[in-house]
Amino acid sequence: MIEQHLPVLIVVVPLIAAPLCVFLFNRTLVYLFALATCWATFGMSLFLLAKVLESGPFSYELGNWPVPYGIEYVVDYFSAFVMSFVSGIGAVVLTYAPKSLNDEIDPSRHYLVHPMYLLCLTGMLGICITGDLFNVFVFLEISSLSSYALISLGRSRRAPLAAFQYLVMGTIGATFLLIGIGLLYQLTGTLNMVDMAQQLADDHGSRTMLVAFAFVTVGLCIKMAVFPLHTWLPNAYTYAPSVVTAFIAATATKVSVYAFVRIVYDIFTPQFAFDVHGLDLFLTVFSLIGIFVASAAAIYQGNLKRLLAYSSIAQVGYMLLGVSMNNQDGLTGGIVHMFNHAIIKGGLFLVVGCFALRLHSVRLEDLRGAAKTMPLTAFAWVLGGLGLIGVPLTAGFISKWLLLTAALDNGFYLVAGLMLISSLLAVVYVWRVVEILYFSEPADAVESAREAPWSMLIPTYLLIVGILVFGIWTSYSVGVASQAASALLGGAP
Amino acid sequence: MTLTPALLIVVSLALPFLVLVLIGLFGKLPNLRDGLTLVLSSVLFYVVCCLADHVFQGGRPELVLGNLLPGFSIGFKVEPLGMVFALVASGLWIATTVYAIGYMRAHHEKHQTRFFACFAIAIFAALAAAFSANLFTLFVAYELMTISTYPLVTHHGTEKAKLGGRTYLGILLFTSIAFFMLAIGWTWSVAHTLEFQPGGILQGSYESGGIQQWQLMLLLALFAFGIGKAALMPFHRWLPAAMVAPTPVSALLHAVAVVKVGVFSILKVAVYVFGMDLIRETSIGEWLAYAAGATILLASLVAMTKDNLKARLAYSTVSQLAYITLGAALATPASVVGGGMHIVMHAVGKITLFFCAGAIYVATHKTDISDMRGLGRAMPLTMGAFFIASISIIGLPPGGGVWSKWFLALGTVETHHLFLLAVLMISSLLNIAYLIPIPIRGFMKPVTGDPPTFKEAPMMCVVPLCCTAVGTIVLFFLANGLYEVLLPITEVAK
Repeated sequence: MIEQHLPVLIVVVPLIAAPLCVFLFNRTLVYLFALATCWATFGMSLFLLAKVLESGPFSYELGNWPVPYGIEYVVDYFSAFVMSFVSGIGAVVLTYAPKSLNDEIDPSRHYLVHPMYLLCLTGMLGICITGDLFNVFVFLEISSLSSYALISLGRSRRAPLAAFQYLVMGTIGATFLLIGIGLLYQLTGTLNMVDMAQQLADDHGSRTMLVAFAFVTVGLCIKMAVFPLHTWLPNAYTYAPSVVTAFIAATATKVSVYAFVRIVYDIFTPQFAFDVHGLDLFLTVFSLIGIFVASAAAIYQGNLKRLLAYSSIAQVGYMLLGVSMNNQDGLTGGIVHMFNHAIIKGGLFLVVGCFALRLHSVRLEDLRGAAKTMPLTAFAWVLGGLGLIGVPLTAGFISKWLLLTAALDNGFYLVAGLMLISSLLAVVYVWRVVEILYFSEPADAVESAREAPWSMLIPTYLLIVGILVFGIWTSYSVGVASQAASALLGGAP
Repeated sequence: MTLTPALLIVVSLALPFLVLVLIGLFGKLPNLRDGLTLVLSSVLFYVVCCLADHVFQGGRPELVLGNLLPGFSIGFKVEPLGMVFALVASGLWIATTVYAIGYMRAHHEKHQTRFFACFAIAIFAALAAAFSANLFTLFVAYELMTISTYPLVTHHGTEKAKLGGRTYLGILLFTSIAFFMLAIGWTWSVAHTLEFQPGGILQGSYESGGIQQWQLMLLLALFAFGIGKAALMPFHRWLPAAMVAPTPVSALLHAVAVVKVGVFSILKVAVYVFGMDLIRETSIGEWLAYAAGATILLASLVAMTKDNLKARLAYSTVSQLAYITLGAALATPASVVGGGMHIVMHAVGKITLFFCAGAIYVATHKTDISDMRGLGRAMPLTMGAFFIASISIIGLPPGGGVWSKWFLALGTVETHHLFLLAVLMISSLLNIAYLIPIPIRGFMKPVTGDPPTFKEAPMMCVVPLCCTAVGTIVLFFLANGLYEVLLPITEVAK
């Protein structure tokens, strides 16, 4: 009975739980309640994934209103895959959170953190599961607004400014998306994605459709932080509380990429977007420029969070490279990289959170010699960093290898070469930190620091070990991603 | 024998891991830890010998662990070249373990547990590379080797170690990611397989026009420079930089495991990916032969200018590795077998020289050759071993090195590269010039008349180096067996 309503419950449960948190004044209770909700959501998403793998995609009609009049929730390979890792990371990060939150956020505000966190999760899951275009906008706004609030809670006085910057850029992006959706609605009279795609197939590239396409693309590019629309990201990631950064960095941009892929492949069709209007060329060029510029910028950062933020911009470039290849292997590589990068970057930001807790700084000069007093945390950085570089036997290698073979197979030799060279920049920015951690004389604060608590190390290592596990055992990550890619390339389901 | 060959592969790959686990468990009990390492490395050598017995009789045991990605499997298939390499690596691991225990303790080095653990991973990587059935597995093992040896290179944790480690990791990762990985991806997109096959996998694509001659040449260049561990100039800088490591590391890793994985990969790529016929037919190896020849001479010349013993040995290694690359580039049966033999001969010879350098350092704390006058009078065994190993490296009887150099020279003659023949001869002369003065100086009268205040290094250091020195002479007499064993790799299955 309840099983068949899971597609809606996965959104409704965290949505209802969020306001309930506010009413539970006890901090411990709020936390436990939010934690239980997160893990329950993760369980539901795993269940949905298992069901899709077993019996194929299925959809759910909200309130029994038939499609296309009512809202449809679609559970297919792609959405179930993204939902499972988004909710999984949400659960792991929240498990890690209490000590870090106590340290970084005024206790009187804790009851705000958890509802916002759950709302953000709701929004992201909603974007994944919905089959209704307007819903995408609504959920995007839910997740964005809650993340602005979360970012502004940072300890630094620059956090509200960073949140405001993000708010301005994010709102522009969301508005563009809304304008695009409005134009599409005007053109087709429907908001259901499948229905809209069918109607648009008869529309032979009218100007309205083109304008809608332009608005949607640019709007989502802002949310994905594609170079040169990435300017909001470094500050937002740097000044947000560590836990928030870990959660948002690991999930938010990936969900935007998801929405982008969905809209381009399922609604506009690759034929329209890539073959007629050459979006693939634009994406490839901007991705590559972004990868080089952001990786180079990461090398010069003195703040560990900011370094990882720039690296995130670069990594989005790899995902989009795969997406823009418009073929099975490339798209699989792009989708797998969403997953792999989520656990890598999530894990690394949790490592940063451990340093922030014990050393009260994430500036590189304050981390000197930290491997002596915090060996486990430092080693987690090494492992996560190897994943980021893409060394064999880590998850990062898998996606990089897929992208490489896809590029070579399709004759994009220049792309393949540039991609490999760009990954060397990752070696520089990762190893720069490794050298600081291991080969410098410890600063005074480091000398007296203790290893991070187990309650934080265990969730961190859960993700870090995940990097190794999914670098060796890929049948789930690559298997599901390739099914998702072939469904996307097979046209609208 | 009750174990099947496939199971022997599993056991031999699992043993280094067992060592790793035991080292981790008994890190606090140095005697137990080192004793276990010693016992298990001997067991490993025995297992590898059992496997070798099977392989040398014509067996080609296979083992596929599974697909890392659809179409890209982690698989092992043992052929004679890899078998010989595995024998060398696992055999010398025993000697090095004994030596390392003596050295590290005499030196009161810190972090010995981490040291022996990384050592075990590196041996695992060497065996995995030796047994690899395809380029993909080889690449994974190759990179594992790079990463696991980084903590060994930077063992002392000093500023100098950091810089050395930076060069080491920088060059090896750069070449492997930018060139080697690209070359593998390209090979796959052309041949649609990465399995090593006698006769190569690119012949068909070349004949059907799938890849042009100039592209093949570029591909070979990507492999030759991408396999940075082969230290072909100009990507050789990591090798001297890595000499900041403790001497046992330099000995095993930079005379045996790391560098030999490099040249082994090059031989393997030449024989099983390109195919010797294809390389000769299209003469794509021509430039590589000359590049290797240039490296041989230049590195020898640089070695002559080095007063630091380990630095001199490092450049000598660069030069000797290029011999093997030369063998692959010429791609005649004689040159390839000669290259394969040189892996063994050079490994045993060079590890002896490094052991001696370490023993001298332990006993006297001297690193510069100019300070070593008269040293041999107090340390006759060490200096004697140094002399014997030098003979082998130079390629004079009764050192084993004479045979590998003979076959390489034969390869140059067969392909009418008389200029390269001259290079080999000149290089041997240079070897004499930079190696022989060291023992001669060692046995000369000390500058001051005072009796030396030091004696031989601890037994744990001296015994292994004597054994390997004797090994170079034994190899002189075993060369025929080695030749017979390696010859099958040049046969192309029709």
